[in-house]
Amino acid sequence: MRLSTLKTAACGLALVAAPLAASAEDLLINGQVEINTEVQPADHMKGIVPVVRSGWTFRSPETQVLQMDDFDNPGMIFVDQGMSLWQTGDGETGESCADCHGDMAESMEGVRASMPKMNPEGTDLWTLEENINNCRTERMEADEWAWESSEMLAMTAAIGKQSRGMPVDVEIDGPAREWWERGEELYYQRVGQLDMACANCHEDNYDNMIRADHLSQGQINGFPVYRLKWGGLGSIHRRFKGCMKNIRAEPYNRGSDEFKALELYVASRGAGLDVETPSVRN
Amino acid sequence: MSFSRRETILMALGAAAATTLPMQARAAIEDAIAAFTDGAEPTEGGITLTAPEIAENGNTVPIEVSAPGAAAITILAADNPTPDVATFNFGPLAGAQAASTRMRLAGTQDVIAIARMNDGSFVQASQEVKVTIGGCGG
Amino acid sequence: MADNVTPRVRVPRDAAAGDTITIKTLISHPMESGQRKDSDGNTIPQSIINRFTCEFNGESVVEMILEPAISTNPFIEFQATVPESGTFAFTWYDDDGSIYEESKDIAVS
Repeated sequence: MRLSTLKTAACGLALVAAPLAASAEDLLINGQVEINTEVQPADHMKGIVPVVRSGWTFRSPETQVLQMDDFDNPGMIFVDQGMSLWQTGDGETGESCADCHGDMAESMEGVRASMPKMNPEGTDLWTLEENINNCRTERMEADEWAWESSEMLAMTAAIGKQSRGMPVDVEIDGPAREWWERGEELYYQRVGQLDMACANCHEDNYDNMIRADHLSQGQINGFPVYRLKWGGLGSIHRRFKGCMKNIRAEPYNRGSDEFKALELYVASRGAGLDVETPSVRN
Repeated sequence: MSFSRRETILMALGAAAATTLPMQARAAIEDAIAAFTDGAEPTEGGITLTAPEIAENGNTVPIEVSAPGAAAITILAADNPTPDVATFNFGPLAGAQAASTRMRLAGTQDVIAIARMNDGSFVQASQEVKVTIGGCGG
Repeated sequence: MADNVTPRVRVPRDAAAGDTITIKTLISHPMESGQRKDSDGNTIPQSIINRFTCEFNGESVVEMILEPAISTNPFIEFQATVPESGTFAFTWYDDDGSIYEESKDIAVS
C-alpha cells in the first residue's frame, strides 16, 4: 500500500483499514444464477491485484441483498422498460430492434461481456451505447439516444442483463491495443486538484475506508448500475465523471475517446468477473 | 430522486441544528406522534422494527415493521424535514400485521414505529440508524 | 404524470386455501420530495405517490399512506391471506391525480 503517496492530510481524506472483512457469501441471484464475484487475475493483471473482486463484495449486507432477487433489484424496472423498447418500432423505417435481432435473450447473449470493442471496420472503439446508436441512425433511421437518457439506460440494462453470469472477456489485442494502452495510461495518470489517479484509490487502497466509504476495486462488470445515491441507473461514463469530480478534476465527456479507452482498460482489469448488469450499489 | 452532496450536508446541518434546538425538533416529532395516537401514551413491546444499524446511503434505507394484532402501523423519522414516513392500515385479508418498505433518512437519527392495536391501545418501538455521509459520492 | 411509471408485482401463482402469502410491489417513480431546489434555486414542487392499496376480490389487504420520505421507486412488501381463488388489485395514487393499476390472479386449491 502506498499511502504516503496520497496527499491525505491536504485534502482531509483519511484512509483507514476497513473494520469488516469482505463478505464471503456468494452472490446467488433468484436462488439460481451464480455470479463469480472473486476471480483470479487475468495474465495482464498478475502482480497488480491478488484477487479480482466485484464491487458487490465491498457493500453492506443490506445493499448486497438488493441484488440477490430480481424483484428486490430496482434496476429490473428499467430492464423491463428496455425489453419493451426492443419491440417498439422507431425512425423512418419504423423497424424495431426485434425486427432484425429477434429474441434479445439469444441475439444479445454475451454482448455486454465483450464491450467495448472495435467496430466492424476496425476504425473505432465502440461502447454498447455507440453500437445501439449506430443501429438507430444507420438501420432504423432514427435519432440517436443521448448517452444518459432513460431510453439508453433502459436498453443497455436490458441488453446487459442477457450476459448476466457470463465472464467479462474484452479484446485487448490487435487494433484495440492502442485504445487499451491509452486507457492504462489514463488509469495511472494523476489529475485534478487532489492530484490522484484511478489507481490511488482502486488499486492501492481498495478495501480501505475513505471517510465513510468502503473503497472498491472500481470494477465495471455490473453497468448500468442502480445506485441508491442516484435513485436510478447510471452509465459507466457517468461514474467516471463522478470519480473525477471527487478528485477535483475537470471530467472528460461521456463518449469521449478518453472515457472509451478507460472503459476498455477498466473492463479488462475485471476480466473473468461475471457480468452483473443491472447491479445495485450504494 | 436523489440528494446532492450539498443538499445532504444541508439536511445534515438541519438535523444537527435540530439537536441544538431540542424544543423545536421535539415538537415536530411529538406532534406527529400525537396526531397518530390522539394523545394516548404508547407502551413498549408488541411491535418490532427492523432497520440497519448503519445505512450505506440515506436515500434508500430498508425498514420492516411488525405488530401482531395491529389495525395500523405508522413510521416516523425524528429528524427528517418532516417526520412522517408512512402509515399501513391492515385490512381483513392481511396475512400478518407487518410490512417492509424503503425510506429516506436525512442523517443519523431515531426511527420510530407506532402501532394502533385492535383494542385501541398503542405500542411503540424505536431504533437509531446511522447514515454515512462523506466518502465518494460520485 | 411522471414519465415511464411502470408497476411490478410479485404474487405466487397458486396457494392452498387460508395460506398466508408474501406479495412484493415496486413502481418506478421519482418521489420528488418537495425538499429539493433546482439549479436556479427554486424549490422543485412535491410530486409523489401518496397512497397505495391492495385488495383481493374487493376486500382490503392493506392500504399504505406514503409520505415524501419514501424512497424513489417505492418498494412495498406485505402478507395476504387467500380464502379462495381470485384476483388481487393493486392501485397507486399519484399527487398529480394519475392512478396506476395492476392485477394478478391466484389459483387457490
